[in-house]
Amino acid sequence: MSSWNVNDQRIPQGRLTLFSYLSVAFVIFLLIGFWKLQVIQSDHYADLAQKNGIRSIPIIAPRGPMLDRNGRVLVDSYPSFSVLLLRDNPKIIEKYLPQIEEGLNISPEDMKEQIEAARSEPRFMPVIIKSDASQADIAFVESHRIDIPVLDLMTVQRRHYPYGDMLANAIGYVGEVSPKELAGSDGRYKPGDIVGKAGLEKEYNHELEGTDGMRRVVVDSVGKVVRTLDNIPPVPGKPIQLTIDYNLQQVVEHDMDGKEGAVVAMDARTGAVLAMVSRPTFNPNDFAAGISPREWKKLNNDPETPLLNRAIQAQLAPGSVFKIVMATAMLESKAIPANYTVYCPGYAIFYGHLFHCDHPHGEVNLHKAIVVSCDVYFYNVGKLLGINRIAYYANALGLGHLTGIDLPGEEPGLVPSETWVERVYHHKWYPGSTISVAIGQGAVEATPIQLARMVAGVASGGMLAQPHLLKDDPNVKTTRFPISENTVQQVTEGMWGVVNEPDGTTAEQVKLKNIQFCGKTGTAQTMSYAEQKRLGVHLKENGWFVGYAPRVNPEIVVAALVQKGVWGSTSAAPIVRDVVKAYYDEKNGQTPQVSTAQNTPKPGASHSLVATGTGVPSARQLGAGVVDTGVPSAPASRAGVQTGAHHQ
Amino acid sequence: MKDRPRLQDFDWILLAIVAAISVIGLLEIYSSTHSSNLAGMQWRQLTWIGIGFAAMCLIAMIDYHTLLDQAPALYVFGIGSLLVVLVLGYSRLGAKRWISLGGLVNLQVSEIMKLIIIIVLARYFTDVRTERLTLADLAKVGALTLVPVVLILKQPDLGTAMVLVPVALIGIFLAGIQWKHLAIGAVIIALLVPIAWNMRHYLKPYQQQRIQTFLHPEDNPRGSGYQILQSEIAVGSGGFWGKGFGKGSQNQLGFVPVRYSDFILAALAEEQGFIGVCVVLLLYLGLILRLVDNAQKSKDRAGMFIVMGVTAILGFHVLVNTSMVIGYMPVTGIPLPLMSYGGSSTAFVFLALGLVMNVRMRRFVN
Repeated sequence: MSSWNVNDQRIPQGRLTLFSYLSVAFVIFLLIGFWKLQVIQSDHYADLAQKNGIRSIPIIAPRGPMLDRNGRVLVDSYPSFSVLLLRDNPKIIEKYLPQIEEGLNISPEDMKEQIEAARSEPRFMPVIIKSDASQADIAFVESHRIDIPVLDLMTVQRRHYPYGDMLANAIGYVGEVSPKELAGSDGRYKPGDIVGKAGLEKEYNHELEGTDGMRRVVVDSVGKVVRTLDNIPPVPGKPIQLTIDYNLQQVVEHDMDGKEGAVVAMDARTGAVLAMVSRPTFNPNDFAAGISPREWKKLNNDPETPLLNRAIQAQLAPGSVFKIVMATAMLESKAIPANYTVYCPGYAIFYGHLFHCDHPHGEVNLHKAIVVSCDVYFYNVGKLLGINRIAYYANALGLGHLTGIDLPGEEPGLVPSETWVERVYHHKWYPGSTISVAIGQGAVEATPIQLARMVAGVASGGMLAQPHLLKDDPNVKTTRFPISENTVQQVTEGMWGVVNEPDGTTAEQVKLKNIQFCGKTGTAQTMSYAEQKRLGVHLKENGWFVGYAPRVNPEIVVAALVQKGVWGSTSAAPIVRDVVKAYYDEKNGQTPQVSTAQNTPKPGASHSLVATGTGVPSARQLGAGVVDTGVPSAPASRAGVQTGAHHQ
Repeated sequence: MKDRPRLQDFDWILLAIVAAISVIGLLEIYSSTHSSNLAGMQWRQLTWIGIGFAAMCLIAMIDYHTLLDQAPALYVFGIGSLLVVLVLGYSRLGAKRWISLGGLVNLQVSEIMKLIIIIVLARYFTDVRTERLTLADLAKVGALTLVPVVLILKQPDLGTAMVLVPVALIGIFLAGIQWKHLAIGAVIIALLVPIAWNMRHYLKPYQQQRIQTFLHPEDNPRGSGYQILQSEIAVGSGGFWGKGFGKGSQNQLGFVPVRYSDFILAALAEEQGFIGVCVVLLLYLGLILRLVDNAQKSKDRAGMFIVMGVTAILGFHVLVNTSMVIGYMPVTGIPLPLMSYGGSSTAFVFLALGLVMNVRMRRFVN
């Protein structure tokens, strides 16, 4: 037998029983733990389990294209690839980052920033780390599917503007949804979504954007797709057809090349905008692939304001174009007899101040006053009408308030009145101010689109159509302000004279054969001469021309503003003539030709035809768009400056 | 020794509980792996259970008094083997734990050491002959335990090293610790824990990282926090009734870490729900209570210590593994006895149960 205490038979029964109770207590403790997880927090964990295994991959809907009135594609979308970083398991990502950064040529700082930016997003939503991936990037992702399982590719739809900056200010641009838009979207948007930010892209964003689809897949713990749960296909955005006429647009784009200002051409009967140009401009393609904050800042802070759509946002003194309002007010109010005449010695004195006229026009009646643009005549008309009557007719003809065009950011302009001056400046209206307003100076401000609408409205007997860019827009309404036939007759004959009579301000330089082309020039100071003298500066005047055809019940109306263009007759009128001619050419079945309406045609000016960016339109698309002088008399228009076209 | 141990003295109830747990384990291993490249694991596990059962019968044959006689030699053998592993053993999963026996059977030496420590401590506590352990006795028990603990820690294998400690603690408790010693021990532990916890802040980051790696050697690159979270998601999402056999998404898609082994209870909890967990935990409670019952009925004090040593280890395994699955304890790599897939751990459990059978069958033998 062994030497050790083999026969000890004392068993500590009590302590063993205590151990049993302890075991029961431990099992109860553990069961409570399971109860907490499986019963109390069960829903929470079921949710987590759901997210764990299911990954949603968005399928981006392509934005709808924009077409011109004849179906030509002006704005399109094309598929491009974005590289996604799957971050279901943040810890494994760390390991792959250096490899990914090298392979996709992303700096570690950028990468970190991208990941940080998406921190608040649910983990199963992948982060876009590279948009518009190159062939090499795609090859990198595809060839490392196995050893870098955290990368994936997503097809995205990128906006494409085949004609570059053509119509850019009206079209606008797209960009990533802002945090503010995101907050107000009721979950419709997710970070990184592309939305319209300006122009038509913004106005019709809802129609254009479509609905993203979603592919839900089951992934395993290493992120490998096990199976597809469901596939909700995207609903592409609807196409929108614009009232824009590509051919007319090209004519205007070419004529405005290198200038500053805006042109808007409208169907005078319906308000359908046929062409709209603002200069300087920008290329919306720069925004399509995501603009860098630096570039954006540059564009936004550019003193030349290329992002401004001057056709609807430039509020400027209309100059002598305003005389059409004055003439209408004079005749319609019957406050002044229709045969009212004034002797113009080249100046006039009102309330002790000297007011100039461009020429001593001698005996002037209303017709001559419009044709030669006599200031003294309209000074007197203004004085006799008074500011309130002027304001009434200006407002009735659409000035001072929005035209309602389907573009964001339209400016209302300004029609001064007694109540306005009291409200804003808290003093009584100075009667002297009326004299300036009478020739479209002083406080009065209008946008190009307002002036086009006003002139068309007068020529059509008071039919003020709502300008619009969406073809067949059911919401367009026409405002009626009936103008008597006699008034229409007299005012339109004056405007006919401006273009077609030898002493008209355009000096017959923009006459068109077989077309009743009418219009009114304007040369507006951007600051009063007295103020300029005080500051010791000389600012070039803005040249205006609003033309239309035919003389009564017009079809087309065009407003052109050439800032610092000085004479409206030489800077703006030729552009309007080109557009009106192109309109009739097209109507008569000819392809409009891009002409050289500029006073000083630049060599190589035709480059504006060639769209910047990728999609260069084919020669066929451009039609006969190769530059030629459309009007034989065009060079002579240069001489028009010297011959001293009457203005103002 | 007049009579031979009789077959009817074999603990059939204990065996039934063991069989039930093993079958549940096999089914869950099948469910967790059948659709993956690990398919077929349950058959290998079944083989180990068979081998384990045979080994259990074998060890039950050898009178435990003979084993107790050889305690010093077994201890020397065990320590020697641990040293050999440290010097010669090959690494697997970053830790040296394995000795290759003829290229076929890879035996984890520390599992053998668990058996040896049960026998050695049973022998020691019986030799003390008193109901009141002196400080010297405690020191000796501590030394006997700590030598293999340190050697296993060096492998490094914190989990198995920890498992040896409860054998000593339960033994001390049953052998008769003096209340004042117990109180002093409690105070010392209460003081040491916060000090040790604060110490880690004085370590350099790479040292902390090393301690982290040391504490959790079996972590895959995703880290233990991630494992625990995935385990909790699996358990919680199972709900009261479970998602059904083979239908746990966390389990089937591989989000549950080592779902067929250390986290098999998480896999079961997801598919069988709280109900399934209750069944399993009650089976384990039944196992423990049955073991304690055997201890209470053992013929002598030495037999009682052997049975309670086995109980201490199995109970500790269940407690730590289950706590880990529900996030109450860090990941330490302690498998769930009889359910977790693994040859060495299964073999150990059956050998340990063989010791219990051994004691039980000899309770009426003189």
